[in-house]
Amino acid sequence: MNADGTVNRAALPAIFNPEDLKALEMALQVKEQLGDTEVVVLTMGPERAATIIRESLSRGADRGIIISDARFAGSDTLATSYALSCAISKIGQVDLVMGGRQAIDGDTAQVGPQVAEKLNLPQITYAERLVAVDGKSITVTRRLDNGVETVQAPLPALVTVTASAADCRYPHAHRLLRFAKTRPEIWNADDVNPDFSRLGKNGSPTKVKKIDNVVLAHKESQRVGDNKEELNALMATLVADHIVG
Amino acid sequence: MVLVYCELTENRRVADVSLELCTKGHSLAQQLGTTLEALVCGDDLTGIEEQLYPYGVDTVLAVADNRLFPYRTLPHFSVAAGLIEERKPEVVLFGATSVGRDLAPRVSSHLRCGLTADCTSLEIGSHEDKQQGKTFDNILYQIRPAFGGNIIATIVSPEHRPQMATVREGVMKKEVVNAAHKGNRIDIDASRYVRLEDDCVKIISREIEQQKINIKNASIIVSGGYGMGSKENFDMLHQLAQVLGGEVGATRAAVDAGFAEGERQIGQTGVTVRPKLYIACGISGAVQHRAGMDQSAKIISINTDPDAPINAIADYTIVGDVCKVVPMLIESYNNNRK
Repeated sequence: MNADGTVNRAALPAIFNPEDLKALEMALQVKEQLGDTEVVVLTMGPERAATIIRESLSRGADRGIIISDARFAGSDTLATSYALSCAISKIGQVDLVMGGRQAIDGDTAQVGPQVAEKLNLPQITYAERLVAVDGKSITVTRRLDNGVETVQAPLPALVTVTASAADCRYPHAHRLLRFAKTRPEIWNADDVNPDFSRLGKNGSPTKVKKIDNVVLAHKESQRVGDNKEELNALMATLVADHIVG
Repeated sequence: MVLVYCELTENRRVADVSLELCTKGHSLAQQLGTTLEALVCGDDLTGIEEQLYPYGVDTVLAVADNRLFPYRTLPHFSVAAGLIEERKPEVVLFGATSVGRDLAPRVSSHLRCGLTADCTSLEIGSHEDKQQGKTFDNILYQIRPAFGGNIIATIVSPEHRPQMATVREGVMKKEVVNAAHKGNRIDIDASRYVRLEDDCVKIISREIEQQKINIKNASIIVSGGYGMGSKENFDMLHQLAQVLGGEVGATRAAVDAGFAEGERQIGQTGVTVRPKLYIACGISGAVQHRAGMDQSAKIISINTDPDAPINAIADYTIVGDVCKVVPMLIESYNNNRK
Protein backbone atom coordinates (compact mmCIF):
# COMPACT_ATOMS: atom_id res chain seq x y z
CA MET A 1 0.00 0.00 0.00
CA ASN A 2 1.16 3.55 -0.72
CA ALA A 3 1.37 6.29 1.90
CA ASP A 4 -1.82 7.93 0.62
CA GLY A 5 -3.87 4.79 1.18
CA THR A 6 -4.02 3.78 -2.47
CA VAL A 7 -2.85 0.37 -3.56
CA ASN A 8 0.69 -0.10 -4.76
CA ARG A 9 -0.22 -2.41 -7.62
CA ALA A 10 3.38 -2.76 -8.69
CA ALA A 11 3.95 -4.76 -5.52
CA LEU A 12 1.08 -7.15 -6.20
CA PRO A 13 1.13 -10.16 -8.49
CA ALA A 14 -1.00 -9.83 -11.62
CA ILE A 15 -3.70 -12.47 -11.34
CA PHE A 16 -6.70 -13.17 -13.49
CA ASN A 17 -9.70 -11.93 -11.56
CA PRO A 18 -11.98 -15.00 -11.21
CA GLU A 19 -15.17 -13.31 -12.41
CA ASP A 20 -13.34 -11.79 -15.37
CA LEU A 21 -12.38 -15.32 -16.41
CA LYS A 22 -16.05 -16.23 -16.34
CA ALA A 23 -16.80 -13.17 -18.46
CA LEU A 24 -14.18 -14.35 -20.96
CA GLU A 25 -15.96 -17.72 -21.12
CA MET A 26 -19.29 -16.04 -21.82
CA ALA A 27 -17.65 -13.87 -24.49
CA LEU A 28 -16.23 -16.99 -26.14
CA GLN A 29 -19.72 -18.55 -26.09
CA VAL A 30 -21.08 -15.42 -27.76
CA LYS A 31 -18.42 -15.74 -30.43
CA GLU A 32 -19.38 -19.38 -30.99
CA GLN A 33 -22.99 -18.40 -31.55
CA LEU A 34 -22.32 -15.36 -33.70
CA GLY A 35 -19.48 -16.79 -35.76
CA ASP A 36 -17.77 -13.95 -37.51
CA THR A 37 -16.73 -11.85 -34.53
CA GLU A 38 -13.63 -11.00 -32.58
CA VAL A 39 -13.07 -11.27 -28.81
CA VAL A 40 -10.79 -8.48 -27.58
CA VAL A 41 -9.44 -8.55 -24.03
CA LEU A 42 -8.78 -5.15 -22.47
CA THR A 43 -7.22 -4.48 -19.10
CA MET A 44 -5.88 -1.48 -17.26
CA GLY A 45 -2.79 -2.09 -15.20
CA PRO A 46 0.95 -2.47 -15.19
CA GLU A 47 2.68 -4.01 -18.19
CA ARG A 48 3.03 -7.22 -16.19
CA ALA A 49 -0.64 -7.76 -16.98
CA ALA A 50 0.68 -9.18 -20.26
CA THR A 51 0.51 -12.59 -18.57
CA ILE A 52 -3.25 -12.18 -18.32
CA ILE A 53 -3.52 -11.20 -21.95
CA ARG A 54 -1.47 -14.25 -22.98
CA GLU A 55 -3.64 -16.48 -20.84
CA SER A 56 -6.76 -15.03 -22.50
CA LEU A 57 -5.33 -15.64 -25.95
CA SER A 58 -4.49 -19.24 -25.07
CA ARG A 59 -8.06 -19.74 -23.88
CA GLY A 60 -9.49 -18.44 -27.15
CA ALA A 61 -9.45 -14.62 -27.24
CA ASP A 62 -8.37 -12.99 -30.50
CA ARG A 63 -6.64 -9.83 -29.38
CA GLY A 64 -5.36 -8.25 -26.18
CA ILE A 65 -4.77 -4.65 -25.15
CA ILE A 66 -3.34 -3.19 -21.95
CA ILE A 67 -3.84 0.43 -21.07
CA SER A 68 -0.95 1.40 -18.85
CA ASP A 69 0.28 4.79 -17.78
CA ALA A 70 1.49 6.46 -14.58
CA ARG A 71 -1.22 9.04 -15.22
CA PHE A 72 -3.83 6.36 -14.39
CA ALA A 73 -2.31 5.85 -10.92
CA GLY A 74 -4.56 6.46 -7.93
CA SER A 75 -7.74 5.98 -9.95
CA ASP A 76 -10.92 5.22 -8.05
CA THR A 77 -13.75 3.40 -9.83
CA LEU A 78 -14.94 6.58 -11.56
CA ALA A 79 -11.53 7.38 -13.08
CA THR A 80 -10.97 3.70 -13.91
CA SER A 81 -14.27 3.44 -15.75
CA TYR A 82 -13.49 6.66 -17.60
CA ALA A 83 -10.10 5.39 -18.81
CA LEU A 84 -11.62 2.05 -19.84
CA SER A 85 -14.49 3.72 -21.67
CA CYS A 86 -12.00 5.88 -23.62
CA ALA A 87 -10.12 2.74 -24.62
CA ILE A 88 -13.33 0.95 -25.66
CA SER A 89 -14.27 3.95 -27.81
CA LYS A 90 -10.88 3.74 -29.47
CA ILE A 91 -11.29 0.03 -30.21
CA GLY A 92 -14.22 1.12 -32.36
CA GLN A 93 -17.38 -0.77 -33.16
CA VAL A 94 -17.98 -2.88 -30.06
CA ASP A 95 -21.21 -4.90 -29.88
CA LEU A 96 -20.80 -6.23 -26.38
CA VAL A 97 -18.68 -5.10 -23.45
CA MET A 98 -18.32 -7.92 -20.92
CA GLY A 99 -16.55 -8.07 -17.60
CA GLY A 100 -16.63 -9.71 -14.21
CA ARG A 101 -19.18 -8.38 -11.76
CA GLN A 102 -16.46 -7.31 -9.36
CA ALA A 103 -12.76 -7.65 -8.60
CA ILE A 104 -11.56 -9.70 -5.67
CA ASP A 105 -9.47 -6.83 -4.29
CA GLY A 106 -12.05 -4.05 -4.13
CA ASP A 107 -15.36 -5.93 -4.42
CA THR A 108 -17.11 -2.71 -5.41
CA ALA A 109 -18.87 -3.97 -8.58
CA GLN A 110 -18.94 -0.35 -9.77
CA VAL A 111 -16.79 -0.25 -12.86
CA GLY A 112 -19.19 -2.22 -15.10
CA PRO A 113 -22.25 0.03 -14.63
CA GLN A 114 -20.03 3.12 -14.77
CA VAL A 115 -18.53 2.10 -18.12
CA ALA A 116 -22.06 1.40 -19.39
CA GLU A 117 -23.20 4.89 -18.42
CA LYS A 118 -20.18 6.55 -20.01
CA LEU A 119 -20.72 4.70 -23.27
CA ASN A 120 -24.50 5.18 -23.02
CA LEU A 121 -25.08 1.41 -23.22
CA PRO A 122 -27.83 -0.58 -21.51
CA GLN A 123 -26.35 -2.77 -18.77
CA ILE A 124 -27.07 -6.29 -17.59
CA THR A 125 -25.38 -7.02 -14.28
CA TYR A 126 -24.82 -10.39 -12.53
CA ALA A 127 -25.26 -12.47 -15.70
CA GLU A 128 -25.12 -16.18 -14.99
CA ARG A 129 -25.97 -17.95 -18.25
CA LEU A 130 -26.04 -16.95 -21.88
CA VAL A 131 -29.46 -17.92 -23.26
CA ALA A 132 -29.24 -16.53 -26.77
CA VAL A 133 -27.43 -13.94 -28.82
CA ASP A 134 -27.82 -12.75 -32.37
CA GLY A 135 -26.67 -9.69 -34.24
CA LYS A 136 -29.38 -7.56 -32.65
CA SER A 137 -29.80 -8.63 -29.03
CA ILE A 138 -28.51 -10.72 -26.15
CA THR A 139 -30.59 -12.74 -23.67
CA VAL A 140 -29.09 -13.89 -20.38
CA THR A 141 -30.22 -15.03 -16.96
CA ARG A 142 -29.26 -12.81 -14.05
CA ARG A 143 -28.63 -13.99 -10.50
CA LEU A 144 -30.35 -11.64 -8.04
CA ASP A 145 -30.33 -11.59 -4.24
CA ASN A 146 -33.69 -13.31 -4.19
CA GLY A 147 -34.03 -15.15 -7.47
CA VAL A 148 -33.30 -15.36 -11.15
CA GLU A 149 -34.40 -13.10 -13.98
CA THR A 150 -34.13 -13.62 -17.73
CA VAL A 151 -33.60 -10.37 -19.61
CA GLN A 152 -33.01 -9.32 -23.18
CA ALA A 153 -31.06 -6.23 -24.17
CA PRO A 154 -30.48 -4.78 -27.62
CA LEU A 155 -26.88 -4.58 -28.84
CA PRO A 156 -24.62 -2.83 -28.19
CA ALA A 157 -24.82 -3.54 -24.46
CA LEU A 158 -22.64 -4.13 -21.42
CA VAL A 159 -22.84 -7.36 -19.40
CA THR A 160 -21.19 -8.15 -16.07
CA VAL A 161 -20.81 -11.81 -15.19
CA THR A 162 -21.25 -13.23 -11.70
CA ALA A 163 -19.36 -15.88 -9.75
CA SER A 164 -21.96 -18.62 -10.31
CA ALA A 165 -21.52 -18.49 -14.12
CA ALA A 166 -19.75 -21.28 -15.99
CA ASP A 167 -16.02 -21.69 -15.49
CA CYS A 168 -13.75 -20.68 -18.32
CA ARG A 169 -12.63 -23.34 -20.74
CA TYR A 170 -9.04 -24.55 -20.47
CA PRO A 171 -6.27 -23.13 -22.62
CA HIS A 172 -5.60 -25.00 -25.88
CA ALA A 173 -2.17 -26.61 -25.84
CA HIS A 174 -1.24 -25.31 -29.27
CA ARG A 175 -2.45 -21.81 -28.42
CA LEU A 176 -0.43 -21.84 -25.21
CA LEU A 177 2.69 -22.41 -27.27
CA ARG A 178 1.67 -20.03 -30.00
CA PHE A 179 1.05 -17.08 -27.63
CA ALA A 180 3.71 -17.85 -25.01
CA LYS A 181 5.87 -14.94 -26.10
CA THR A 182 3.18 -12.65 -27.50
CA ARG A 183 3.55 -9.03 -26.53
CA PRO A 184 0.12 -7.43 -26.20
CA GLU A 185 -0.65 -3.99 -27.53
CA ILE A 186 0.05 -1.41 -24.85
CA TRP A 187 -1.71 1.92 -25.03
CA ASN A 188 -0.79 4.88 -22.88
CA ALA A 189 -3.08 7.72 -21.82
CA ASP A 190 -2.39 9.77 -24.97
CA ASP A 191 -3.44 6.82 -27.12
CA VAL A 192 -7.00 6.78 -25.73
CA ASN A 193 -7.56 10.50 -26.26
CA PRO A 194 -8.95 11.37 -22.82
CA ASP A 195 -9.82 14.53 -20.97
CA PHE A 196 -6.71 14.34 -18.75
CA SER A 197 -8.45 16.02 -15.81
CA ARG A 198 -10.65 12.93 -15.49
CA LEU A 199 -7.76 10.47 -15.12
CA GLY A 200 -5.98 9.06 -12.08
CA LYS A 201 -6.03 10.83 -8.75
CA ASN A 202 -7.32 14.12 -10.16
CA GLY A 203 -10.27 12.36 -11.75
CA SER A 204 -11.14 10.48 -8.58
CA PRO A 205 -13.68 12.11 -6.26
CA THR A 206 -13.04 9.61 -3.47
CA LYS A 207 -9.99 9.95 -1.26
CA VAL A 208 -8.74 7.57 1.40
CA LYS A 209 -8.82 9.67 4.54
CA LYS A 210 -7.27 7.05 6.76
CA ILE A 211 -6.74 3.36 7.21
CA ASP A 212 -6.85 1.39 10.42
CA ASN A 213 -5.70 -2.14 11.05
CA VAL A 214 -8.41 -4.41 12.29
CA VAL A 215 -7.84 -5.42 15.86
CA LEU A 216 -9.61 -8.72 16.23
CA ALA A 217 -10.01 -8.79 19.98
CA HIS A 218 -11.96 -5.55 19.86
CA LYS A 219 -14.77 -6.41 22.20
CA GLU A 220 -15.13 -6.57 25.91
CA SER A 221 -16.97 -9.84 26.14
CA GLN A 222 -19.61 -10.19 28.78
CA ARG A 223 -19.79 -13.54 30.56
CA VAL A 224 -23.24 -15.05 30.85
CA GLY A 225 -23.77 -18.10 33.06
CA ASP A 226 -25.42 -21.18 31.63
CA ASN A 227 -28.40 -20.92 33.97
CA LYS A 228 -32.00 -19.87 33.42
CA GLU A 229 -31.76 -16.55 35.28
CA GLU A 230 -28.78 -15.18 33.38
CA LEU A 231 -29.97 -16.46 30.01
CA ASN A 232 -33.35 -14.90 30.68
CA ALA A 233 -31.72 -11.55 31.48
CA LEU A 234 -29.66 -11.77 28.28
CA MET A 235 -32.75 -12.44 26.18
CA ALA A 236 -34.61 -9.55 27.86
CA THR A 237 -31.75 -7.21 26.86
CA LEU A 238 -31.81 -8.46 23.27
CA VAL A 239 -35.57 -7.91 23.04
CA ALA A 240 -35.30 -4.44 24.61
CA ASP A 241 -32.56 -3.48 22.12
CA HIS A 242 -34.66 -4.66 19.15
CA ILE A 243 -32.02 -7.21 18.26
CA VAL A 244 -34.61 -9.93 18.46
CA GLY A 245 -38.28 -9.11 18.41
CA MET B 1 -30.64 17.21 2.46
CA VAL B 2 -29.99 13.50 2.82
CA LEU B 3 -31.69 11.25 0.27
CA VAL B 4 -32.33 7.52 0.59
CA TYR B 5 -33.17 5.52 -2.52
CA CYS B 6 -35.79 3.03 -1.29
CA GLU B 7 -36.40 -0.42 -2.72
CA LEU B 8 -39.69 -2.26 -2.81
CA THR B 9 -40.25 -5.91 -2.00
CA GLU B 10 -42.40 -8.15 -4.21
CA ASN B 11 -45.47 -7.26 -2.16
CA ARG B 12 -44.78 -3.53 -2.54
CA ARG B 13 -43.51 -2.87 0.94
CA VAL B 14 -40.43 -0.73 1.56
CA ALA B 15 -37.51 -3.16 1.90
CA ASP B 16 -35.90 -3.52 5.32
CA VAL B 17 -32.52 -2.36 4.03
CA SER B 18 -34.15 0.92 2.94
CA LEU B 19 -35.76 1.44 6.34
CA GLU B 20 -32.37 0.80 7.94
CA LEU B 21 -30.88 3.46 5.67
CA CYS B 22 -33.68 5.89 6.54
CA THR B 23 -32.92 5.36 10.24
CA LYS B 24 -29.25 6.12 9.57
CA GLY B 25 -30.12 8.89 7.11
CA HIS B 26 -32.23 10.56 9.78
CA SER B 27 -29.35 10.68 12.25
CA LEU B 28 -26.97 11.97 9.55
CA ALA B 29 -29.51 14.63 8.56
CA GLN B 30 -29.81 15.74 12.17
CA GLN B 31 -26.05 16.09 12.48
CA LEU B 32 -25.99 18.09 9.26
CA GLY B 33 -28.95 20.20 10.36
CA THR B 34 -30.94 19.22 7.29
CA THR B 35 -33.89 17.10 6.20
CA LEU B 36 -34.30 13.49 5.10
CA GLU B 37 -35.98 12.60 1.81
CA ALA B 38 -36.85 9.14 0.53
CA LEU B 39 -37.23 8.31 -3.15
CA VAL B 40 -39.54 5.41 -3.94
CA CYS B 41 -40.17 4.17 -7.48
CA GLY B 42 -42.77 1.50 -8.25
CA ASP B 43 -46.07 0.66 -9.85
CA ASP B 44 -48.41 0.96 -6.87
CA LEU B 45 -47.29 3.31 -4.11
CA THR B 46 -50.59 3.70 -2.30
CA GLY B 47 -49.90 4.71 1.29
CA ILE B 48 -46.17 4.06 0.96
CA GLU B 49 -45.36 7.28 2.84
CA GLU B 50 -46.94 5.89 6.01
CA GLN B 51 -44.28 3.17 6.08
CA LEU B 52 -41.51 5.77 5.85
CA TYR B 53 -42.52 8.63 8.16
CA PRO B 54 -41.88 6.72 11.42
CA TYR B 55 -38.23 6.34 10.40
CA GLY B 56 -37.78 10.10 10.31
CA VAL B 57 -38.44 10.75 6.62
CA ASP B 58 -39.54 14.36 6.04
CA THR B 59 -40.36 14.14 2.34
CA VAL B 60 -41.36 11.09 0.33
CA LEU B 61 -40.72 11.45 -3.38
CA ALA B 62 -43.19 8.96 -4.85
CA VAL B 63 -42.76 8.04 -8.51
CA ALA B 64 -45.53 5.63 -9.49
CA ASP B 65 -45.43 4.21 -13.00
CA ASN B 66 -45.83 0.72 -14.44
CA ARG B 67 -42.41 1.00 -16.07
CA LEU B 68 -40.82 1.17 -12.62
CA PHE B 69 -41.77 -2.29 -11.34
CA PRO B 70 -40.14 -4.76 -11.43
CA TYR B 71 -36.85 -2.89 -11.15
CA ARG B 72 -34.98 -2.26 -14.37
CA THR B 73 -31.79 -0.20 -14.48
CA LEU B 74 -32.54 2.44 -17.06
CA PRO B 75 -35.96 3.76 -15.95
CA HIS B 76 -34.81 3.88 -12.31
CA PHE B 77 -31.52 5.46 -13.36
CA SER B 78 -33.25 8.24 -15.28
CA VAL B 79 -35.59 9.05 -12.39
CA ALA B 80 -32.90 8.89 -9.68
CA ALA B 81 -30.26 10.83 -11.63
CA GLY B 82 -32.79 13.47 -12.70
CA LEU B 83 -34.18 14.01 -9.21
CA ILE B 84 -30.72 14.14 -7.62
CA GLU B 85 -29.65 16.77 -10.15
CA GLU B 86 -32.71 18.87 -9.30
CA ARG B 87 -32.80 18.45 -5.55
CA LYS B 88 -29.04 18.49 -4.93
CA PRO B 89 -28.78 16.30 -1.82
CA GLU B 90 -25.55 16.37 0.20
CA VAL B 91 -25.68 12.62 0.81
CA VAL B 92 -27.39 9.78 -1.07
CA LEU B 93 -27.64 6.26 0.36
CA PHE B 94 -28.48 3.02 -1.49
CA GLY B 95 -28.82 -0.54 -0.25
CA ALA B 96 -25.86 -2.73 -1.29
CA THR B 97 -28.33 -5.15 -2.87
CA SER B 98 -28.61 -6.50 -6.39
CA VAL B 99 -30.65 -3.36 -7.13
CA GLY B 100 -28.53 -0.76 -5.33
CA ARG B 101 -25.24 -2.16 -6.60
CA ASP B 102 -26.60 -2.03 -10.14
CA LEU B 103 -28.08 1.46 -9.91
CA ALA B 104 -25.76 3.50 -7.68
CA PRO B 105 -22.60 3.21 -9.83
CA ARG B 106 -24.49 4.22 -12.96
CA VAL B 107 -25.87 7.27 -11.13
CA SER B 108 -22.43 8.17 -9.73
CA SER B 109 -20.92 7.94 -13.21
CA HIS B 110 -23.55 10.29 -14.60
CA LEU B 111 -23.15 12.80 -11.76
CA ARG B 112 -19.36 12.29 -11.64
CA CYS B 113 -19.46 11.98 -7.89
CA GLY B 114 -17.82 9.57 -5.48
CA LEU B 115 -19.43 6.31 -4.42
CA THR B 116 -18.23 3.96 -1.71
CA ALA B 117 -19.52 0.39 -1.79
CA ASP B 118 -20.54 -1.75 1.17
CA CYS B 119 -19.95 0.76 3.95
CA THR B 120 -20.14 -0.70 7.43
CA SER B 121 -20.27 2.66 9.17
CA LEU B 122 -21.19 6.24 8.18
CA GLU B 123 -20.21 9.26 10.22
CA ILE B 124 -20.02 13.02 9.86
CA GLY B 125 -16.77 14.86 10.47
CA SER B 126 -14.33 17.33 9.02
CA HIS B 127 -11.60 16.64 6.50
CA GLU B 128 -8.37 18.54 6.20
CA ASP B 129 -6.68 18.60 2.81
CA LYS B 130 -3.08 19.37 3.67
CA GLN B 131 -1.97 19.90 0.08
CA GLN B 132 -4.61 22.54 -0.52
CA GLY B 133 -4.47 23.87 3.04
CA LYS B 134 -8.25 23.62 3.23
CA THR B 135 -10.59 22.12 5.78
CA PHE B 136 -13.95 20.74 4.72
CA ASP B 137 -16.66 20.54 7.37
CA ASN B 138 -19.67 18.25 7.54
CA ILE B 139 -18.14 15.56 5.37
CA LEU B 140 -19.53 12.04 5.16
CA TYR B 141 -17.01 9.48 6.42
CA GLN B 142 -17.65 6.33 4.41
CA ILE B 143 -16.09 3.54 6.39
CA ARG B 144 -15.59 0.05 4.98
CA PRO B 145 -13.31 -2.92 5.34
CA ALA B 146 -10.77 -3.42 2.57
CA PHE B 147 -8.42 -6.17 1.48
CA GLY B 148 -10.24 -9.15 2.90
CA GLY B 149 -11.11 -7.31 6.06
CA ASN B 150 -7.60 -6.76 7.42
CA ILE B 151 -7.92 -3.03 7.06
CA ILE B 152 -10.71 -0.55 7.73
CA ALA B 153 -10.61 2.40 5.34
CA THR B 154 -12.31 5.76 5.82
CA ILE B 155 -13.22 7.22 2.45
CA VAL B 156 -14.28 10.82 1.80
CA SER B 157 -15.26 12.76 -1.29
CA PRO B 158 -14.84 16.29 0.01
CA GLU B 159 -15.13 18.20 -3.25
CA HIS B 160 -17.99 16.43 -4.98
CA ARG B 161 -21.70 16.30 -4.30
CA PRO B 162 -23.60 14.28 -3.59
CA GLN B 163 -21.53 11.97 -1.40
CA MET B 164 -22.91 8.51 -2.15
CA ALA B 165 -22.60 5.19 -0.38
CA THR B 166 -24.11 1.73 -0.45
CA VAL B 167 -24.71 -0.30 2.70
CA ARG B 168 -25.58 -3.98 3.02
CA GLU B 169 -28.73 -5.20 4.63
CA GLY B 170 -28.52 -5.68 8.38
CA VAL B 171 -25.51 -3.42 8.85
CA MET B 172 -27.48 -0.39 10.05
CA LYS B 173 -30.16 -0.65 12.66
CA LYS B 174 -33.80 -0.25 11.67
CA GLU B 175 -35.42 1.83 14.36
CA VAL B 176 -38.61 3.86 14.52
CA VAL B 177 -37.51 7.42 15.23
CA ASN B 178 -40.95 8.72 16.07
CA ALA B 179 -44.13 6.73 15.41
CA ALA B 180 -46.16 9.95 15.22
CA HIS B 181 -43.81 11.78 12.85
CA LYS B 182 -45.51 13.05 9.71
CA GLY B 183 -43.79 14.34 6.63
CA ASN B 184 -45.10 15.25 3.22
CA ARG B 185 -45.49 13.22 0.07
CA ILE B 186 -44.65 14.65 -3.35
CA ASP B 187 -45.98 12.69 -6.31
CA ILE B 188 -43.73 12.88 -9.31
CA ASP B 189 -44.58 12.06 -12.91
CA ALA B 190 -42.09 9.47 -14.14
CA SER B 191 -42.48 10.69 -17.72
CA ARG B 192 -40.58 13.84 -16.82
CA TYR B 193 -37.47 11.63 -16.53
CA VAL B 194 -37.97 8.26 -18.18
CA ARG B 195 -37.00 8.30 -21.85
CA LEU B 196 -38.46 6.08 -24.54
CA GLU B 197 -35.17 4.23 -24.98
CA ASP B 198 -35.09 3.38 -21.26
CA ASP B 199 -37.59 0.65 -22.12
CA CYS B 200 -35.08 -1.22 -24.30
CA VAL B 201 -34.18 -3.96 -21.80
CA LYS B 202 -37.03 -6.48 -21.53
CA ILE B 203 -37.63 -8.80 -18.61
CA ILE B 204 -38.63 -12.10 -20.18
CA SER B 205 -39.18 -14.03 -16.97
CA ARG B 206 -38.62 -13.68 -13.25
CA GLU B 207 -38.45 -16.36 -10.64
CA ILE B 208 -38.36 -14.69 -7.29
CA GLU B 209 -37.79 -17.32 -4.68
CA GLN B 210 -39.12 -17.33 -1.21
CA GLN B 211 -35.61 -18.28 -0.41
CA LYS B 212 -35.16 -21.67 1.13
CA ILE B 213 -31.82 -20.84 2.58
CA ASN B 214 -31.15 -17.16 2.95
CA ILE B 215 -28.30 -16.73 5.34
CA LYS B 216 -26.77 -13.81 3.43
CA ASN B 217 -29.70 -11.56 4.19
CA ALA B 218 -30.79 -13.05 7.49
CA SER B 219 -30.76 -10.52 10.31
CA ILE B 220 -30.35 -13.27 12.89
CA ILE B 221 -28.11 -16.28 12.38
CA VAL B 222 -27.77 -19.29 14.63
CA SER B 223 -24.59 -20.97 13.53
CA GLY B 224 -23.09 -24.29 14.47
CA GLY B 225 -19.60 -25.73 14.35
CA TYR B 226 -18.03 -29.13 14.59
CA GLY B 227 -18.58 -28.89 18.35
CA MET B 228 -22.29 -29.54 17.78
CA GLY B 229 -21.30 -33.17 17.47
CA SER B 230 -24.06 -34.49 15.22
CA LYS B 231 -26.69 -33.66 12.63
CA GLU B 232 -29.34 -34.41 15.26
CA ASN B 233 -27.92 -31.79 17.61
CA PHE B 234 -27.98 -29.35 14.69
CA ASP B 235 -31.79 -29.70 14.63
CA MET B 236 -31.81 -27.79 17.88
CA LEU B 237 -30.21 -24.83 16.10
CA HIS B 238 -33.00 -24.94 13.50
CA GLN B 239 -35.52 -24.73 16.33
CA LEU B 240 -33.79 -21.72 17.89
CA ALA B 241 -33.47 -20.02 14.49
CA GLN B 242 -37.14 -20.62 13.80
CA VAL B 243 -38.40 -19.03 17.01
CA LEU B 244 -36.06 -16.05 16.59
CA GLY B 245 -36.99 -15.59 12.93
CA GLY B 246 -33.45 -16.29 11.79
CA GLU B 247 -31.48 -18.72 9.67
CA VAL B 248 -29.03 -21.48 10.43
CA GLY B 249 -25.40 -21.13 9.42
CA ALA B 250 -22.48 -23.49 9.77
CA THR B 251 -18.71 -23.62 9.75
CA ARG B 252 -16.80 -25.42 7.09
CA ALA B 253 -15.98 -28.21 9.54
CA ALA B 254 -19.69 -28.70 10.29
CA VAL B 255 -20.53 -28.77 6.57
CA ASP B 256 -17.70 -31.21 5.85
CA ALA B 257 -18.94 -33.44 8.67
CA GLY B 258 -22.38 -33.51 7.03
CA PHE B 259 -24.17 -31.62 9.81
CA ALA B 260 -25.45 -28.90 7.42
CA GLU B 261 -25.88 -28.09 3.73
CA GLY B 262 -23.07 -26.34 1.84
CA GLU B 263 -25.24 -23.27 1.23
CA ARG B 264 -25.13 -22.60 4.95
CA GLN B 265 -21.35 -22.31 5.14
CA ILE B 266 -20.15 -19.01 6.56
CA GLY B 267 -16.59 -17.84 6.24
CA GLN B 268 -13.85 -17.05 3.82
CA THR B 269 -14.85 -19.85 1.43
CA GLY B 270 -18.54 -19.57 2.20
CA VAL B 271 -20.86 -16.65 2.61
CA THR B 272 -19.94 -13.44 4.40
CA VAL B 273 -22.71 -12.34 6.71
CA ARG B 274 -23.34 -9.24 8.74
CA PRO B 275 -26.45 -10.03 10.73
CA LYS B 276 -27.77 -8.05 13.67
CA LEU B 277 -27.27 -11.10 15.84
CA TYR B 278 -24.93 -14.05 15.38
CA ILE B 279 -25.17 -16.93 17.82
CA ALA B 280 -22.09 -19.13 17.48
CA CYS B 281 -22.79 -22.60 18.88
CA GLY B 282 -19.92 -24.99 19.37
CA ILE B 283 -17.69 -22.85 17.13
CA SER B 284 -14.06 -22.39 18.13
CA GLY B 285 -13.60 -19.44 15.79
CA ALA B 286 -10.92 -20.13 13.22
CA VAL B 287 -9.83 -16.96 11.44
CA GLN B 288 -11.39 -18.20 8.19
CA HIS B 289 -14.76 -18.46 9.90
CA ARG B 290 -14.41 -15.14 11.70
CA ALA B 291 -13.67 -13.43 8.39
CA GLY B 292 -17.19 -14.29 7.31
CA MET B 293 -19.03 -13.13 10.42
CA ASP B 294 -16.93 -10.73 12.48
CA GLN B 295 -18.93 -7.77 11.23
CA SER B 296 -22.06 -9.09 12.88
CA ALA B 297 -23.59 -6.37 15.02
CA LYS B 298 -23.91 -8.60 18.09
CA ILE B 299 -22.22 -11.93 18.67
CA ILE B 300 -23.12 -14.51 21.28
CA SER B 301 -20.79 -17.45 21.72
CA ILE B 302 -21.83 -20.71 23.35
CA ASN B 303 -18.88 -22.99 23.94
CA THR B 304 -17.58 -25.36 26.57
CA ASP B 305 -14.10 -23.91 26.10
CA PRO B 306 -13.72 -20.57 27.93
CA ASP B 307 -10.62 -19.80 25.82
CA ALA B 308 -12.17 -20.42 22.39
CA PRO B 309 -10.90 -17.69 19.99
CA ILE B 310 -14.50 -16.84 19.06
CA ASN B 311 -14.98 -15.45 22.57
CA ALA B 312 -12.53 -12.65 21.80
CA ILE B 313 -14.97 -11.14 19.33
CA ALA B 314 -18.18 -12.08 21.15
CA ASP B 315 -20.29 -9.52 22.96
CA TYR B 316 -21.66 -12.26 25.19
CA THR B 317 -19.90 -15.47 26.07
CA ILE B 318 -21.83 -18.38 27.49
CA VAL B 319 -19.50 -21.10 28.72
CA GLY B 320 -21.53 -24.25 28.76
CA ASP B 321 -22.96 -27.19 26.90
CA VAL B 322 -24.86 -26.06 23.78
CA CYS B 323 -27.33 -28.89 24.10
CA LYS B 324 -28.32 -27.55 27.48
CA VAL B 325 -28.09 -23.81 26.74
CA VAL B 326 -30.01 -23.71 23.45
CA PRO B 327 -33.28 -25.11 24.85
CA MET B 328 -33.02 -22.61 27.71
CA LEU B 329 -32.55 -19.77 25.21
CA ILE B 330 -35.71 -20.85 23.37
CA GLU B 331 -37.61 -20.87 26.61
CA SER B 332 -36.33 -17.46 27.72
CA TYR B 333 -37.15 -15.99 24.32
CA ASN B 334 -40.73 -17.20 24.66
CA ASN B 335 -40.87 -15.59 28.11
CA ASN B 336 -39.57 -12.24 26.88
CA ARG B 337 -41.09 -11.81 23.40
CA LYS B 338 -43.49 -8.98 22.91
